Order: sequence, then structure tokens, then C-alpha cells
Amino acid sequence: MAAKIQVSTTVNGEQRRFQCEPQQTLLDVLRDELALTGTKEGCATGDCGACSVMLDGRLVDACLVLAAEVQGKKVETIEGMAQGEELHPLQRTFLEHNGSQCGICTPGMLMAARALLERNPDPSETEVRYWLAGNLCRCTGYDKIIRSVLAAAKEMRGA
Amino acid sequence: MGELRYEAPDTIEAAVKLLARANGAARVLAGGTDVIVQMETDLIEPELLVDIKKIPQLREITAERGAYRVGAAVSCMELIEHEGFCRAWPGVIDGVKLIGSIQVKGRATMAGNLCNASPAADSVPALIAAGAQVTIAGPNGVRQAPVEAIPVSPGKTSLAKGEIVTSFLFPARPPRSGDAYLRFTPRTEMDIAVVGAGVNLTLDAGGTCTSARVALGAVAPTVLLVKEAAEALIGTRVGEAALDKLAKAASAACRPIDDKRGTKEYRIKVAGVLAGRAARQALERARQS
Ligand SMILES: Cc1cc2nc3c(=O)[nH]c(=O)nc-3n(C[C@H](O)[C@H](O)[C@H](O)COP(=O)(O)OP(=O)(O)OC[C@H]3O[C@@H](n4cnc5c(N)ncnc54)[C@H](O)[C@@H]3O)c2cc1C
Ligand code: FES
Ligand code: FES
Repeated sequence: MAAKIQVSTTVNGEQRRFQCEPQQTLLDVLRDELALTGTKEGCATGDCGACSVMLDGRLVDACLVLAAEVQGKKVETIEGMAQGEELHPLQRTFLEHNGSQCGICTPGMLMAARALLERNPDPSETEVRYWLAGNLCRCTGYDKIIRSVLAAAKEMRGA
Repeated sequence: MGELRYEAPDTIEAAVKLLARANGAARVLAGGTDVIVQMETDLIEPELLVDIKKIPQLREITAERGAYRVGAAVSCMELIEHEGFCRAWPGVIDGVKLIGSIQVKGRATMAGNLCNASPAADSVPALIAAGAQVTIAGPNGVRQAPVEAIPVSPGKTSLAKGEIVTSFLFPARPPRSGDAYLRFTPRTEMDIAVVGAGVNLTLDAGGTCTSARVALGAVAPTVLLVKEAAEALIGTRVGEAALDKLAKAASAACRPIDDKRGTKEYRIKVAGVLAGRAARQALERARQS
């Protein structure tokens, strides 16, 4: 086997080091090496968004990033969303509006929704639907997710 | 399977050297939204991946006397956030916005879209209609080529071993110019084009079309530049008769396949209709610019 690649990166504000094979994805490493299993694998081909994370402030699918690429970068995952016991407003509204059922899509939905609200604190329903088009859900029928995001947006604007 | 090696050089010269000297299959890694999927699904088994995102020049968007140069490693989201470029080339942005989800666009590049050489690549008809050129670096130096010279058949480009696209150059825009790209898909988001149509045109002060370019996607083995369709507009005020002629010329140029997304006849018909709609939108934008 080839020598493993040494990678040093920041995950949820913490400096982390790991070794990886060149073909391993960021998703593989988060789940299997760093024990951050909140990020889910639905398809491994960029279609479902269950593996959504932030990479240097950009929303990406972790299954479409090679682990070796994150050297020196900033990764944010669902594990960094709640502040201790205190849930993020999106996490709360997903609970209140039943935006999560089986839960597989939920971490990705939350990461994507947070990225939207950081750019646009007052999105229309259509903007939310388009922004979340890369996140598939087979349980909720989407409507409850959209309601949850709009409720969180409203709350975060202090409206 | 051979061992995979990952390299992330910080100069164009080093990237070219790595690719030129590779023994086995080597691939440029830009956003990876095609490459990583193709590796994951065993379509390709490269022995070398050369990540070009650490090369600073390839990450830049610069204005050069009214022209724009966009580095090959600029992601779709970075381009969509560039206000000046969006104002100059709204039709190119129409195409870029259609490349997958927000997550995919956070990584994907136009150069990857072009070099993956899919006939359904959404930015490519818009780039060809825009008259964009690519700058290519290779073992024998630097050369320029029009975008339409890059794809040669599905999955194949005219790039030689060791060559990489380093940037796109968009010409300075005369006043009263507009462009548009439309795609037809069964689903609004996250689907592959049945037909794509890009139109770019310029009007004179009296509203007569002085130049035009029309390109069609997903209706032939490569994206097509359709001269006859553009000629239908040039010298006219882009009224109903000219648009009718454009639609017929667009349909006549198609050499599509039958697949689950549409039959040949359907694609031929839709290509004409879509080219007409894209021309109307380009016209609207030219009048407002
Ligand atoms: C879920 C999903 C949805 C998608 N939806 C769409 C869609 O709607 N429309 C669409 O058009 N595409 C779509 N795509 C395909 C893909 O995202 C695009 O083709 C994208 O633009 C590829 O860019 P990239 O930077 O990720 O390319 P990469 O995957 O990095 O590279 C693609 C190919 O080009 C080569 N290459 C890349 N850059 C260069 C360069 N500078 N010089 C020479 N060769 C180079 C690579 O070696 C490789 O062969 C989708 C993909 C996914 C996963
Ligand atoms: S697992 Fe990454 S998009 Fe589905
Ligand atoms: S809650 Fe089950 S997939 Fe969305």
C-alpha cells in the first residue's frame, strides 16, 4: 500500500489530525476516523445532500470532497451546531414542526438551511425550496421542513 | 488496480509536469463533482489526481479592459457571487446556476463542466454563445482555443496529454448586448438537460441585430454552435419571422439520440422552441443593457 496521507485540519473549531488513503472522501474520514457520525451517507454520489457540511464557509457534499483536500481548511459539521445543551433555533423548529421523521436527512437539511439563513435571513418559501433542492427526504414530504426553516428564520430575525 | 496518488501543486508548471509525466491514467481534479462520482462508481480508475485548486492564479476573476478572465478553479458559487460578471454575462450565469445543487455548485467549476465533455453540460452552450476562449497550458507552452474546440465526443476532449485549461476569457461587451441560456428538463432542479439552448446577441442603436451566436446542448454528441440559427437573427429586428427562422434552423441542426428523457423527434422540436425563447430573453436583456 502507498504511504498514507497526513492531514491536519480544523473540525468544529478543534485542530484534528488524521491519516487517509488518497481515494477516501471527507465523509469516510468524518464517520470512520474521527467518529463524527452525525454526517450521514445516503448516496455517496452528490445526489442526496445527507452528507452536507461546511468547508471553508461553503456548503458542500462531504462525499464529493477527498479527505486529502481538507489539509489546512476549516470543516464544520452538524456536531458543532448546538451550543452544549442549547439547540440552534433550526434544530428546535425542526422538532416543533416535525421537520424530521426518520432523521437520516436531518443533519444535512440543518447544515444546508443554516448556510441559507447566514446568507439570507429572510428567504421566501420559494428560495428555501430551491436552496434545499439538493437535500432529499423520503419521509416528510418536504413541507414540514420548509415550515421549520421559515419558522427558524422568523425567530432568528427577532420577528 | 494501480495505486492512486494525490498531488496538489501550487503552480501551473508543476501541475503540467505531473500530468505530462504520468505513466497511468491521470486526471485533473477541479471540483471533483464528476471525477469523484466516476471513481466512486468505477467508471474511471486513475493513478494520479492533480488538484488544481491550490494554484492561486486559477482562483482569480479579473476584469481586463471590459473583458473578463475567469480562472479554471473558480467554483460556480464564487462566480454567481461576482456582481460584475453576473451583470456582464447573465446568460452564462443562467447556465452555471443550473449545475446541480448549491452543494455541487460550491465545488463544481465551468472548466470541469467543459472538460468532462458531456453533451448536456449546462454551462457549455452559454460559454460557446458568449464567444468565450480558453487558455490552455501544456508541456509545449500556452495556447488559446475557442470553447467549442474542446469537446470532441461524449467524454473526450481535444486536450493533449499534460494540457490543462487555465482560464476562460470573455470578450469585452459592446453596448446593447444580452445573452440567455435555457434548459428543458422534466424536473425543475437537479436533472439532466433534454435540450439546452444558449443565445448571445448585440443590437445597434436602432434595434437591429448586428451579431449573434446560438449554441445547443444535448442534441448531438457535442454541444453545437449553430451558425444558420444565428444568421436568422443578424440584420433583423428579431421579430416573429426571424425567431421562426431561428427555431427552424435550430431544429434542423439537431442530431439527437433517443433515451428515457426524450425521443429524437421530441428533442428536435423542443430545441427550436427553446432556442426561440432563449433568443427572446437575450433580446430583452440587450434592450435593457
Ligand atoms: C448531483 C450532481 C448534479 C449535477 N448536475 C449537473 C447539471 O445539472 N448540469 C451539469 O451540466 N452538470 C451537472 N453535474 C455534473 C458536474 O457537477 C459538472 O459537470 C461540473 O461542472 C464539473 O466540474 P468539476 O469542477 O467538479 O469537475 P471535475 O470533476 O473536477 O472534473 C471533470 C473533468 O474535467 C477534467 N478537468 C477539470 N478541470 C480541468 C482543467 N482545468 N483542465 C483540464 N481538464 C480539467 C477532469 O480531469 C475531469 O475529467 C452534476 C453533478 C452531480 C454530482
Ligand atoms: S451521501 Fe453525499 S450527497 Fe448523498
Ligand atoms: S426524515 Fe427520513 S429522510 Fe427525511
